[in-house]
Amino acid sequence: MPINYYIFLSIALFCIGVAGVLTRRNAIIIFMCIELMLNAVNLLLVAFSKMHHAAMQVTNPNAGIDGQIFVFFIMVVAAAEVSVGLAIISMMYRNTHSVDVNFLNRLKH
Amino acid sequence: MSKIVYLVPLFPLIGFLLNGLLRKSLSKSLAGVIGCGVLLASFVVSLVIFLDVRKEGFEPIIVNLFDFIHTGKINIPFAFQVDQLSVLFMLIITGVGFLIHLYSTSYMHEESSQHYARYFSYLNLFVFSMLLLVMGANFVIMFIGWEGVGLCSYLLIGYWFKNIDYGNAAKKAFIMNRIGDVGFLIAIFWMFSQFGSANFVEVFSKTPSTSTSILTGITLLLFVGATGKSAQIPLYTWLPDAMAGPTPVSALIHAATMVTAGIYMIARANIMYTLAPTTQTVVAVIGLATAILAATIAIKQNDIKKVLAYSTVSQLGYMFLGLGVGAYTGAVFHVMTHAFFKALLFLGAGSVIHAMHGEQDIRKMGDLKKHLPITHITFLLACFAIAGIPPFSGFFSKDEILAAAYEKSPAYYIIGVAGAMMTAFYMFRLYATTFLGSFRGTSQQKNALHESPAAITIPLIILAILAVIGGFVGIPEVIKPNSHLLGEYLNPIFSLSAKVQGPHEVHASTEWMLMAVSAGLALIAVIFAWGRFSKNPELGEPQGLGKILANKWYVDELYEAIIVRPINALAKFFNNVMEKSIIDWIVNGVGRLVQYGSRQIRLLQSGQVGGYVLLMVIGLVLLFIVQLFLKKM
Repeated sequence: MPINYYIFLSIALFCIGVAGVLTRRNAIIIFMCIELMLNAVNLLLVAFSKMHHAAMQVTNPNAGIDGQIFVFFIMVVAAAEVSVGLAIISMMYRNTHSVDVNFLNRLKH
Repeated sequence: MSKIVYLVPLFPLIGFLLNGLLRKSLSKSLAGVIGCGVLLASFVVSLVIFLDVRKEGFEPIIVNLFDFIHTGKINIPFAFQVDQLSVLFMLIITGVGFLIHLYSTSYMHEESSQHYARYFSYLNLFVFSMLLLVMGANFVIMFIGWEGVGLCSYLLIGYWFKNIDYGNAAKKAFIMNRIGDVGFLIAIFWMFSQFGSANFVEVFSKTPSTSTSILTGITLLLFVGATGKSAQIPLYTWLPDAMAGPTPVSALIHAATMVTAGIYMIARANIMYTLAPTTQTVVAVIGLATAILAATIAIKQNDIKKVLAYSTVSQLGYMFLGLGVGAYTGAVFHVMTHAFFKALLFLGAGSVIHAMHGEQDIRKMGDLKKHLPITHITFLLACFAIAGIPPFSGFFSKDEILAAAYEKSPAYYIIGVAGAMMTAFYMFRLYATTFLGSFRGTSQQKNALHESPAAITIPLIILAILAVIGGFVGIPEVIKPNSHLLGEYLNPIFSLSAKVQGPHEVHASTEWMLMAVSAGLALIAVIFAWGRFSKNPELGEPQGLGKILANKWYVDELYEAIIVRPINALAKFFNNVMEKSIIDWIVNGVGRLVQYGSRQIRLLQSGQVGGYVLLMVIGLVLLFIVQLFLKKM
């Protein structure tokens, strides 16, 4: 499969994520959109890694491996982020009985 | 010898520090002992140096203490120069200064001990600065001393600072001196750019190969400094006002030492002046004009110290005349004799004021010779000396200047003699009104009249002896050949100038005649004044020309009208208009701009997380665009 497909899919996912973050007010959906953006990037990394590996397999059997290792790092960070983020959101719900981010604008004052 | 040179200014500095810092705990007698003792020590050291300098084959010594300013190509050492001229001035300053300190111990005894010590610390600081001025080996060190004496004169004139008039007189002296100092300072900068140094040795060795126009500029600027410090037209009006200080201060600062700083400076730079004839003419004309103007004013003054103050201005004019016509030795000679008799006159006047309990108006005195015998005799001798009656000291020095003036132009001589006549006249008007006739004060004052204590009379007697015999160190060639000791002594300093000027051309018989004319006219003036004022002193208010003279030609009023008032008006304009409507507007405007700007920007912080994220995304997209498209250009 040509690399362009992966790239367009990744861009589409990323844009959906951005649009979701910008437009939605529900904290959980925003959270999910952020995850979507992260995974769009992961997809791209894996795709490029595979492409490099296929192109340079003869001269360098390890080519493109670092892209995949990077994906693991991102997944670990995302897991940590999810645990912290969900904890914050559940605390937020306990205090305000709402997960609407616009409701929490008291930092302004 | 060079090992002990630094002691001369060090002693007064120590005295200043001790008296100044411990003024609250020192007793009066201790403060007096410290004040006088350091001066005596300085005088003894100066005397030792003087004896060394007198020896055969003496070469000027430069004592380098440390590098004062060392930057780039400019090196200004903190160095003292010891040669005939500086040692002579050191002797005058410490010698006459010591007598005046001694006198002060008695004159100031009514002050509280704290102020008494303050007074002596100022006096010591003054002597220190003056010594720095005459001992410095370059113009910068000289300038430090120059500013130091200006500061001390301010402090001492305003010694009784609770009196607003005295404070104003002090400010006037300080500001007028500053005007002159600017000229001096510019001259120093010019010398740095021209000669690359301000050391006397280097500057004077490069002087002969410098163009006349540059020398004229530098010397004129130096002369501006001299007019400020030595009270010449147009900056002389501070000196008479400076009489606000205690009388010994007038004697020390405004007669014997500080005002001679300008003379010293020009005598030191004599070669520059000799090679700039235009400046010499300016110096001579200004000196002569000051001599005459001050003499005319002195004729109608009724304050004993004001008469002496104007006579100081007038005598300084003679010294500048001497410098202007190239009679450097004569000018220095007159500095020396003037230091003796003018210090004596001021101290005598102080003794009179002391006896009269602060009364300074001579119209309320008279017949004091019975009550103050020692003061009377010494004052009379000083009057003879300043009037130029032979064989008193003033005759020799004034005659030397006048003879040199005649050689340059007979017009100088005629005007100079007219001034000398006026000097004799007003001095004996002062003498006759004060000491002769009948007593015109209150009976209370009369009963309290008394001769002053020994601490006052001893300096008077010593100075009187010096005022009488001081002239014999400079007997003119025509009276007795090869007996001008001072001339021989100072010869190494002025030899280069003498070579440029060429030999003297006045015939011996002419010189005899000049001497006879000036002495005879002075004598006539003395007899006339004596006869006129001993019986019928001027008591009423003067009319006509006399009124103009009594009001000092209205020079102060003129300065007030053309300088002080416009500057005050300008200052008021800046204060009311520029300050309030322009400067304040700018400052407030900056504040308002910041407030307005921050109020607008604050709107961005809405608290809506979505808004922040949107801005973040826009920012990222912009960076992305910049990275992708603009980088290629």
